[in-house]
Amino acid sequence: MQLGLRIAKRLGVFSVSLLGASLLIFAITQALPGDVAQVLLGTDATPEAVAQLRAQLGLDRPWLVQYLDWIGGILTGDFGVSHLSGDAVVSLLLPRLAVTMWLVGFAMFGSLLLAVPAGMIAALKRRSWQGILVSASAQVGMAIPVFWGGILAVVIFAVWLRWLPANGYVPLTQNPASWAAHLVLPVLTLSAVQAAVLIRYVRSAFVEVLNEDYYRTARSIGWTPMRALFRHGLRNVAISLVTVLGLQVSSVLVGAIVIESVFSLPGLGSLLMTAVAQRDLLVVQGTVMFLVLAVLAISALVDFSYLLIDPRQRTGREA
Amino acid sequence: MKKAQLVAGLVLVGLVVLAAVVSLFWTPFDPIRVVPGERLAPPSLTHFLGTDGFGIDIFSRLLVGARTTLAVGIISVSLAAVFGVPLGMLAGQAGGWVDDVVMRTADVVYALPALLLAMLLASVFGASTTTAMIAIGVASIPAFARVARAGTLQVMAADFILAARVSGTSRWGVASRHVAPNIAPVIGVQASVGFAMAILAEAALSYLGLGTPRPNPTWGNMLRDAQNYLFVAPLQAVWPGLAIAVAVLGFNLLGDGLRDYLDPRLREVP
Amino acid sequence: MSLLEVRDLTVRFGRHRTVAVDGVSFSLAAGGRLGLIGESGSGKTVTALAILGLLPGNADLSGEIDLAGHRIATLSEQRLSRLRGDVVSMVFQEPMTALDPTMRAGRQVAEVLRLHAGAEAGPARDRVVAMLAEVGLADPERVADSFPHQLSGGQRQRVILAMALINAPELVICDEPTTALDVTVQATVLEKLDQVLDASGAACLFISHDLAVVSQVCDQVMVMLDGRLVESGSVAELFTNPKHPYTKGLVATARLDAVEPGQRLPVVEDFYHPATGESR
Repeated sequence: MQLGLRIAKRLGVFSVSLLGASLLIFAITQALPGDVAQVLLGTDATPEAVAQLRAQLGLDRPWLVQYLDWIGGILTGDFGVSHLSGDAVVSLLLPRLAVTMWLVGFAMFGSLLLAVPAGMIAALKRRSWQGILVSASAQVGMAIPVFWGGILAVVIFAVWLRWLPANGYVPLTQNPASWAAHLVLPVLTLSAVQAAVLIRYVRSAFVEVLNEDYYRTARSIGWTPMRALFRHGLRNVAISLVTVLGLQVSSVLVGAIVIESVFSLPGLGSLLMTAVAQRDLLVVQGTVMFLVLAVLAISALVDFSYLLIDPRQRTGREA
Repeated sequence: MKKAQLVAGLVLVGLVVLAAVVSLFWTPFDPIRVVPGERLAPPSLTHFLGTDGFGIDIFSRLLVGARTTLAVGIISVSLAAVFGVPLGMLAGQAGGWVDDVVMRTADVVYALPALLLAMLLASVFGASTTTAMIAIGVASIPAFARVARAGTLQVMAADFILAARVSGTSRWGVASRHVAPNIAPVIGVQASVGFAMAILAEAALSYLGLGTPRPNPTWGNMLRDAQNYLFVAPLQAVWPGLAIAVAVLGFNLLGDGLRDYLDPRLREVP
Repeated sequence: MSLLEVRDLTVRFGRHRTVAVDGVSFSLAAGGRLGLIGESGSGKTVTALAILGLLPGNADLSGEIDLAGHRIATLSEQRLSRLRGDVVSMVFQEPMTALDPTMRAGRQVAEVLRLHAGAEAGPARDRVVAMLAEVGLADPERVADSFPHQLSGGQRQRVILAMALINAPELVICDEPTTALDVTVQATVLEKLDQVLDASGAACLFISHDLAVVSQVCDQVMVMLDGRLVESGSVAELFTNPKHPYTKGLVATARLDAVEPGQRLPVVEDFYHPATGESR
């Protein structure tokens, strides 16, 4: 009962956020000086031609009707049509989705793989040089822009050492080894930069556990500090990390879009960059809306993982 | 140790400010004019850091780039604070549905990162320093609103607020006389950390060509140019990135240092 | 030879080297019951943590602690870990927070067995349930399968008691084990503790701020004030003939039955003023 209510409430928040975000995105595109028809035909077009194209595109309707038409399409999987090429946005999105998904997925996983042990050491050894070194590295890592990290990785591993390709992409189905080789540098860069941000949260979550009574109990029954943290700390740290991870989804996605540009990966980022350069407004609008939808959905899912980790959320009080 | 953070932050930020101020009066070479004969010169006594693919002195462009970085930072952080802080204070003081509406709206804006916002603005208005500032500023509003709201709630729970309310001070009076001065320190910390975020965002936008366009130098678009010569002149890709990292590190350290300095409870961590 | 021998124990904290425990010496024989009484902040818990070797990293310890033939300060973290839960165990003050909220109570008790006796899951489970029954839990099976938040404070404290006792340690340190509980629950938990200690023959160092509680479990008692031991002796001796003014205050507040109806209840400050350290 309580559980159902929580899920319903979270879904409500998700819907309201989606509504708000779509209104915001739509409002920005409405601010276009002149309108799409004007942009398409250029400034020399006759007013009659512009008016005809406006009617053809449905731009002469009231904005509420246009909004409902647009959002209705999105809810049924239609993200609009490019003015320039006439392609459906969805048909542009889908083939590029995999690249971005690999990047975001691997980077989330990789950043946890780096940040959890590092944060644990930073917490356990916070009074000695190892801990201070980890914290200081994280502080420096946070200051490194992801694209610069990518460029440096190319200089070191592709230009100097010639271990890995500098850019480009090969689909998994075509050649798995080459696919992996092309993803290593972008994923490593993204993971490392993201991990630098995460380490701070992981560290403070572990420090909190170190100050908990149950950690002291675990020590008193004979666990060594490291094993007590693994046995009784990880799950409790995970509970506080889930919130952070939910908030990180959007920053990992942004990082992925930027890193696609560094390594010339044909993902959603490159689609967006091309569309922005051509000022293909509807493609930008549709793709941005798709990404926001994805971020909101993933954050909601991450929130639900609370229920798996924390028994207090799952089971009610019986005694 | 904590004080060292604050000092290091001040020094690094001071370095960036110094570069920006110096560039107003003097740069070793013209930071814009293309010199075809001087392309891709290595570092030397005349060109400290060498020249770029257009033959322009990199050090001069680096100095001028500091100006853009600081300008975008100041304007976007101010924009975020001017909207975010009053909204957060309102949410914290009013509570109830006002709080819900403000914070839910903040969540919505939060789901739209600066980069996506900048892409929308760039495709509507064309990319410029202004669209970058607006995108970064708007995307930073939620962070300021959250910090201001949390601070307000904390202050409102204090006994002296109750005393002021009982003695007949109006809500507005409480806000201006008690809440604002008490949350000023945390807003200051957020401004410093937000500045660091803004620098990173601006660099990414101008790297992608969504911010200040050529020929005006920014650290981000310098890296964009440098990427074309990675196999020939890899050092070019080092300097602007280093400048960004120094500036971001400086503002982050300054923020952390301020936080510890202002919050005595954190000073003696066991 | 006594089980626990503490000589001239001094503990300082932090950069300012604040003294928490100041030159404390005492000994406890195998199977003995020793009470340690004092206000919060008087150094009782720090003394207990020092015996377990669990002081935080910013603590600085001098003096000697010998426990069952081991000199605590010289042992490596590995060897100390092997002593904890096996030779010495501890019952903590806060039953609400001393258990891991994400792990079922039975598993937390079973961990002690697995750590030291290398027990298998099946038989361990039986011993856990038996132990939970022994500390007075009416429904041990259900408690073993519950998460801490599903148990009451008294139930949780009994689970912690079971954790401390299941591996038959030679010394059990109890740090205000009943302070957080209701008075009625307090009495039954103390009674159970008394029985279980008797049955296992373990020695007990019982820490409390309440002389009445200590007198239910212990026969010997020490009084601690600002990190120093100011008085010690048998419980009976202390009750009949307290010497230090602070102890006089403690005795008066513990013996409310001696107060005439209508009279103001005595407080420790009537006998001893903490700020000046002078008696009245």
